[in-house]
Amino acid sequence: MDAVSIFISIAFHGLAFAMVLYLVSVGLSVTMGLMGFVNLAHGVFAAAGGYVMLTLMNGHGVAFPLALAVACLAVAAGSVILERLLYRRLYGGDELDQVLLSIGLIFMSVATAKFFWGPLPQPMHPPAYLGGQVDLGFRSFPTYRSFLIIAGAVVVSLLWLGLERTRFGATLRAAVDNRRMAQSIGIDTKRLFTLAFALGSGLAALGGALGAEILAIDPGYALEQLIYFLIVVAVGGLGSIRGPFFAALLVGTADTAFKYLQPELGAFFIYAMTLALLLWRPHGLFGRA
Amino acid sequence: MMARNHSRSLISVADGLRELFSLAATAGSGGGAARRTPSQMPNAVDVLRRSHRLRPLETLPWLVAAAAFFLLPDYLALGAQILLAVLFALSLDLILGYAGIVSLGHAAFFGVGAYAAGLLAVHGWGEPLSGLVVAGIAAGLIGMLSGAVILRTRGLTLLMLTLMIAAMLQEAANKAGAITGGTDGLQGMQVSPVFGLFRFDVFGHTAYVYCLTVLFLGWLAARRIVHSPFGRGLIGIRESEERMRAIGSPVFRRRLVIYAISAALAGIAGGLMAQTTQFVALDALGFERSGTVLIMLILGGVGRLYGAFIGAPLYMILQDRFAQQDPVYWYFWIGLLLVLVVVFARGGVLGIGERLVRRRSRRS
Repeated sequence: MDAVSIFISIAFHGLAFAMVLYLVSVGLSVTMGLMGFVNLAHGVFAAAGGYVMLTLMNGHGVAFPLALAVACLAVAAGSVILERLLYRRLYGGDELDQVLLSIGLIFMSVATAKFFWGPLPQPMHPPAYLGGQVDLGFRSFPTYRSFLIIAGAVVVSLLWLGLERTRFGATLRAAVDNRRMAQSIGIDTKRLFTLAFALGSGLAALGGALGAEILAIDPGYALEQLIYFLIVVAVGGLGSIRGPFFAALLVGTADTAFKYLQPELGAFFIYAMTLALLLWRPHGLFGRA
Repeated sequence: MMARNHSRSLISVADGLRELFSLAATAGSGGGAARRTPSQMPNAVDVLRRSHRLRPLETLPWLVAAAAFFLLPDYLALGAQILLAVLFALSLDLILGYAGIVSLGHAAFFGVGAYAAGLLAVHGWGEPLSGLVVAGIAAGLIGMLSGAVILRTRGLTLLMLTLMIAAMLQEAANKAGAITGGTDGLQGMQVSPVFGLFRFDVFGHTAYVYCLTVLFLGWLAARRIVHSPFGRGLIGIRESEERMRAIGSPVFRRRLVIYAISAALAGIAGGLMAQTTQFVALDALGFERSGTVLIMLILGGVGRLYGAFIGAPLYMILQDRFAQQDPVYWYFWIGLLLVLVVVFARGGVLGIGERLVRRRSRRS
């Protein structure tokens, strides 16, 4: 393969990976920035989304779009219960307690997933109309990943548009900027937190389900992929909506490139890069001090 | 200049302590201390000496450990693993409980120590004691180097960086398969007898006594550190970094020193594991080990020096009972337990005990 086509394929697969990373991580960035909660268990929502969708598709023959929608809604609903029962108690509280609570949730989710679905990864069979390759004239690309990139781009645009143009978006931005001020001008931050949490979890479920072909859904998902989601959030900057997008692009393409060009070093580069970035800018690329 | 700074900060801590003590005395005796003249107040040296004095209850873990050696001869191999887990959790307590550094990557130092001792034993240096020293020095150096870089940050960034250091080391060990054995683990160690006399036996007699002795020495060191002016300074940093900085305490240096000491202790625990099991796998550096040691310490109680002595045996014994039959259920229950501890029982077992004692003393 010549240099150009290597470059194109790294960019393509890196972009697809970046979309998955962004969809999962953006909710985590909001929980950390807005509620001050270090939610290490965020990957559980992504894994849950993947499991629900794949079970509906593989076990019950539900169509892909419907299964995807059900997965997102179910996970968002479930996350509201968890938020009300557990997360809310620790908002803005001790970092250590939050870390412990989320490690506890991860352990429970790993065991639950193993109990119901066994230790093996769940197979992802894209529907026929998204299978095979799509020919763009100069090269052909896998259809499902092309769809993944486009779908990711659409969701990202909708999300940004919603945050910029809707009332909910404005209150959310206000609360991230200055929670006390937002509260004192009458914004119901409790309700806002619940909604933001549900939105973030729903997006994570979407990312987990859509990305099941890249990051395989297995019981260890929440634990093994955690470090990628955390890297994206930390590099992007807490509480930022756009930061994680650029961080996801950076991490997704850099990781794909490193693993392709230097497979014997594996994920080492991406960790070293994150370390250097965080030392240079402790609050991330787009975070505020 | 340095020395003057240092002594000045010691005096400040002493002043703070005196103040604290007189406050406690006031609370206890209903204002009686207010009439005391300054010369009658206990000075800092007395306070430190008093807190460092051995209390009868502190011998309990050692009596239990000694009794276990004679009463439970079938469980000594497990016992050795419990003892080194106690040492590992104790090392975490030094940074988490006393300096307030939350680490998600403490296994990095455990793993470095384990690989250091293991590699020595594989390459013909089987003498265990010097192996442990090397394990401690290697882990302490890594702690010093990584700490010098990452301890400049705070909060979530620091949390992330501790995780990142451990992940980097694990990936490095994974990819350097020619040296570490990669995913197959490090095998083929030849560990010589301790002092050339006590061979590591299958039943774990030697391993148990060996681990117990090392743990005892580690505990002495940790206890000495915690009750020293340096240790008090750490608590001050944990409680309010700004104030400690304002009174001239060398905050960064103190955090770095305790981080390196803690890393060295964790490395020694790792070295013990390598020598007693004669096997090191990649999970010695893994996130699960960092998470489990955190859980052990939380179950026992953080910042109390004895949390490790309760949490680690509790966790390991429960795991031995339940995880053999079904590791899947085990993770579910330990996760649930953790959630319940966070929501209802902050402070772990020792925290619950303290609350009970306080309630009883209030009633009487």
